[in-house]
Amino acid sequence: MTSQTFAKIAMRVYLALFLAYMLLPLAIMGGAGLNNTRFPSVYPWVGLTDRWFIDLWNDQRMWGSVRNTTWVALAVVFISVPIGTAAAILLNSVKPNVRSFLYGFMVAPILTPGAVIGISTLLFWNSFGISAGLYLSVLGQVSFVAAYVMLLVLARLQSFDPALEEAALDLGASHGQVIRRILVPHLYPAIGAGAIIAFFQSVENFNVTLFTRGNSDTLTVYVGSKIRSGITPTINALALLLIVVTVICAVIYEVLRRRAEKRAAALVAAED
Amino acid sequence: MQELIRRYGISLSVIMAAMTAFWLLALVVIPNLVLFKFSFRLYLPVDQLGGPNDVYTLKNYITFFQSPIHINVFFLTILYSSMVTIICLMVTYPLAYILAKVLKPTDTATFFLVLLIPLWVSEILRSFAWFIILSMQGPLNAILTGIGLIDKPIRWISGFQSVVIGLVYAYILFMLFPIYNAIQALDTNQIEASEDLGASTWRTHWRVIIPHAKPGIASGCVMVFMLCAGSVVVPTTLASTNSRWFTEIIQQWMFEGLDWNVGSAYAFLLLVLCIVFVSLVMRVLNVRLVDIAK
Repeated sequence: MTSQTFAKIAMRVYLALFLAYMLLPLAIMGGAGLNNTRFPSVYPWVGLTDRWFIDLWNDQRMWGSVRNTTWVALAVVFISVPIGTAAAILLNSVKPNVRSFLYGFMVAPILTPGAVIGISTLLFWNSFGISAGLYLSVLGQVSFVAAYVMLLVLARLQSFDPALEEAALDLGASHGQVIRRILVPHLYPAIGAGAIIAFFQSVENFNVTLFTRGNSDTLTVYVGSKIRSGITPTINALALLLIVVTVICAVIYEVLRRRAEKRAAALVAAED
Repeated sequence: MQELIRRYGISLSVIMAAMTAFWLLALVVIPNLVLFKFSFRLYLPVDQLGGPNDVYTLKNYITFFQSPIHINVFFLTILYSSMVTIICLMVTYPLAYILAKVLKPTDTATFFLVLLIPLWVSEILRSFAWFIILSMQGPLNAILTGIGLIDKPIRWISGFQSVVIGLVYAYILFMLFPIYNAIQALDTNQIEASEDLGASTWRTHWRVIIPHAKPGIASGCVMVFMLCAGSVVVPTTLASTNSRWFTEIIQQWMFEGLDWNVGSAYAFLLLVLCIVFVSLVMRVLNVRLVDIAK
């Protein structure tokens, strides 16, 4: 065996090991939701059961937290997507020195620990007499989610040809038309990706929510308190459901992304 | 700004500027200034507010510097966060290189598609997964005793080892993606040129690929360190009594001590730590903020 084939095999093994490392823990966690034992485990395997799913279904607190999570995530999407998009457009049309100054402030929330964002949001709105609650969680999450949207839209703006806007203006389009008919359609893929990422970032969020939520539960907070207060395999059942939903969403996202890529490639080919 | 008005008209420009201003001022800058101000005030009963005791003071910070336990936890948090960052870097650099330059692009795309699953499963579930694996009766002990490597189950969830294991698992992808992006942008001809000119594999990596991957490495290190030092979920799930994390102490002040002023002082220290780390990485690796946040 030559050293080159050896290196190739070693690389394949490394990749396979890494994939196994990333996926096996999730499989074990999900599998424990199907095992008929009081403490979540896949070993020893006692038997297949659906009782943890039934327990979960009957848990009113879980349903409440699902409603809250959905509400918060939708609110975060509806606020952070317009803000992030507007910020990216603004950033793209200011002078370079102003640009780097603003950019610093805009990406800062991504590099700030969630606990700090949560506490500062809580203190700030408290000084206006607004006490902790899910709306504060929304505002706290928007502060860093908008930054992700901004980065996505900004990257997309790099491939935008401003001459198109010039042409439209010269031909008598109104400013509203320029945005609606030329700029926004070009940004659609980034806005769509931004909305999906915003939704998931919000659903996943724990740190910001923990400090701002008041007495309300979101799904992650619910899971967190369950893990602390007494572990039952219902959490694993929930985890399994969430993984399945994630897989479905990931596949849909990827299919849409590839289709958009193909369409873009076809467009480029047509232009040539 | 004039450019903006010329293109989109005065009213749309004002709306966009107002949205950006609301974000940066009401959600980012001023809340942090309020946090900063709060950390210099005392926690007082309502009737003493505005009274002679309601002054600016360093007391909250002195509380920290006079508590050897808290200082110890602070430095252990830095130590183990750095350790996790280095482990993630060493594991993912070869991986990023293989994915970017060795594997066929279609295979790489499939690989990343599969990785979306652990990336999109929330971090609390990712650390809960390790809680199950590492528990006394868990699969890891079962396998190790089964193949005869150990005689009796090991208590894995003890000290910082389980926290480090959980943190690496939870945040390693935040190191992989930026490094992959950076290496992928490198022209493969440069690697081949280096090899043709007789450089060894090590030398090619050291002099050609790593310098090019620097912004990605910086970005990954900053993200992983920040996420680790600020992690609430992983330590609460996987730490034990002899391994406390700085965020747990912040939580104690906020929820158990109900002293938000000391809590905000501690939160501010965490923020300072992250700012120092970001500047340090930018200085050492000689990269700009634009390179880090992509």
